[in-house]
Amino acid sequence: MEAVLAISIGVLFGSGVWLVLRPRTFQVITGLLLLSYAVNLFIFLMGRAKLNQTPITLTDNIDPAQYADPLPQALVLTAIVIGFASTALYLVVLLASRGLTGTDHVDGKEPTP
Amino acid sequence: MMEQWSSHLIILPILLPLLCGALLILFNRRAFSLRFGLSAVSITVQFFVALCLLQLIEKDHWSGGIGVYLAANWVAPFGIALVADRLAVLMLLLTSVLGLGAIWYSWVRWGRVGVHYFSLFQFLLMGLNGAFLTGDLFNLFVFFEVMLAASYGLVLHGYNSNRVRAGMQFIVVNLLCSSLFLIGIALIYAATGTLNMADIAARTAQLELADRQLLHVATAILAVTFLTKSAIWPLSFWLPTTYSAASPPVAAMLVLVTKVGIYTVLRLWSLVFSSDAGGSAGFGSTAMLWGGAITIGFGLIGMFASQEPGRLASYSAIISSGTLLAVISYGQAALTSAALFYLLSSTLAVAAFMLLIELIERIRNPAAAMLALTMEAFAMEDEPTESAGVPIPGALAFLGLAFAGCSLLMAGMPPLSGFIAKFTIFHALLTEHAETSLGYAGWGLMALIVISGLASVIALMRFGVRTFWAAPVVKAPHLQITEAAPIFALLLICVIFTVQAGPLKRYLDRTATALHEPHHYIQQVLAQPAVSSKGETP
Repeated sequence: MEAVLAISIGVLFGSGVWLVLRPRTFQVITGLLLLSYAVNLFIFLMGRAKLNQTPITLTDNIDPAQYADPLPQALVLTAIVIGFASTALYLVVLLASRGLTGTDHVDGKEPTP
Repeated sequence: MMEQWSSHLIILPILLPLLCGALLILFNRRAFSLRFGLSAVSITVQFFVALCLLQLIEKDHWSGGIGVYLAANWVAPFGIALVADRLAVLMLLLTSVLGLGAIWYSWVRWGRVGVHYFSLFQFLLMGLNGAFLTGDLFNLFVFFEVMLAASYGLVLHGYNSNRVRAGMQFIVVNLLCSSLFLIGIALIYAATGTLNMADIAARTAQLELADRQLLHVATAILAVTFLTKSAIWPLSFWLPTTYSAASPPVAAMLVLVTKVGIYTVLRLWSLVFSSDAGGSAGFGSTAMLWGGAITIGFGLIGMFASQEPGRLASYSAIISSGTLLAVISYGQAALTSAALFYLLSSTLAVAAFMLLIELIERIRNPAAAMLALTMEAFAMEDEPTESAGVPIPGALAFLGLAFAGCSLLMAGMPPLSGFIAKFTIFHALLTEHAETSLGYAGWGLMALIVISGLASVIALMRFGVRTFWAAPVVKAPHLQITEAAPIFALLLICVIFTVQAGPLKRYLDRTATALHEPHHYIQQVLAQPAVSSKGETP
């Protein structure tokens, strides 16, 4: 399971980096989204991958190794919310730039050939 | 009871701008004086809260001068702890002073254009204050995001295509940084199993080799984030475009945002990789020294190359970041204290210059400026058309003097505090390495700092001569007292730093000594007991 997760994070991250380096704003925002998915999965994996296990509950005499770590899940939730909001903000700026300059190039002007 | 109240003071610099910012959204655009008054009052109260915290620390109210606030009453490694120590309080004071200056300046024009300017400004202050106070790494990320989200909005303030383009690049760079920040945090959690900074520091010495290497990778990734924020070469290309495009009060606040990166590096590095850290002690100091030195070089070349005042100020901010990082990397209390003095002086000076630029632009007639440039290029004599002895108007005299003051501070020339800062850096470098050799790196750094000062003098004077002395360019500017006063106040604070350098330096010495003896910080944070009784005050 670790391998599957690791490979998918790698693929997402690689595609994200490639897209962020593209000259069109839409490609950049798609790249940012893919990157944030990859990062969220990564945080999740850092709490060690565990299948079908409940997070720790407040009872005595438990073996923590039998439970999933709840902290990365909380971190991922926060990271998703913040990432989502900033991406939405970027979308607004992207549209504003498109409206003001008439092009979707990240430099605000078409490159001269 | 008193104990309760004084510890609640620590969270006030975060709560106050949050509530004030939320309240300001409710008022419509016509209630300008009300919105301006509310935000000014909020920042003034933040200033006094910071002063109170300073008093409490200096009066030894908390043991070792470190106040800990446990949010929601969870003990330290589990809940979020806010920590007010000398460094944090110093940064809080700097934030509120700069905030006051910037908001005062926006009375005339910038507060009146656009919507929600004052709210965003408060949220920016909330993010800054939070980043300085927090003792938890993930919480630091959240406050960074609050600060950045507000700064995205503020960069776009006074909406034109130039600002939108600069803002777009600024947002992408910072979103990428946030991803790296999260990866770094996740790796630190994987390596140490905690996100509380004091707890990480306490565990570093006992880590096994594999975990230690993971921690090093994690901090290197985190460092990329912080160094991008503080514009260390080669991560600094976003800065001149953004800073020169932003509106003046926003640019002045952004100068402080660069310093947050340096602050975080100083805080984390001195805590986690102190001399107590066993195999990790001093990790990355060479990289920091070289990164800082190369950044000074980059800023120096940039200063020579730029004609616009906005870009001059940006490269000056880059030089000051580089100097700070290089000096901090020695990890010695005397040098850190000198670096903090330099941080205070250079931040105020560059911020004042950012505000001044707009006023200077007013006396420059673009066509005439171009003419002056051409005349200079073709080495033509410009004939004095008017007779000598024209009285200098007051506004022009103010602009000239303020410009000269800013230049002296940014270049580090005597007699102002910029010179004292550089002098203490050199003094500390030489005395700390009196027995051992300073090495090529140390001498090289000193040479670079001197040359960067020289470069600033040349670049700024070239700009000053073209602006103030070129006969066809100057026309008497229209200045309002509310525009000139904040610049004057910021420069006056630098003058006070110069006159009162002794007491200030002693405070900074105490700050730096505490920073480089982190076991006290660690113990204070981890041993802070939760408030026990249920019936009494929360």
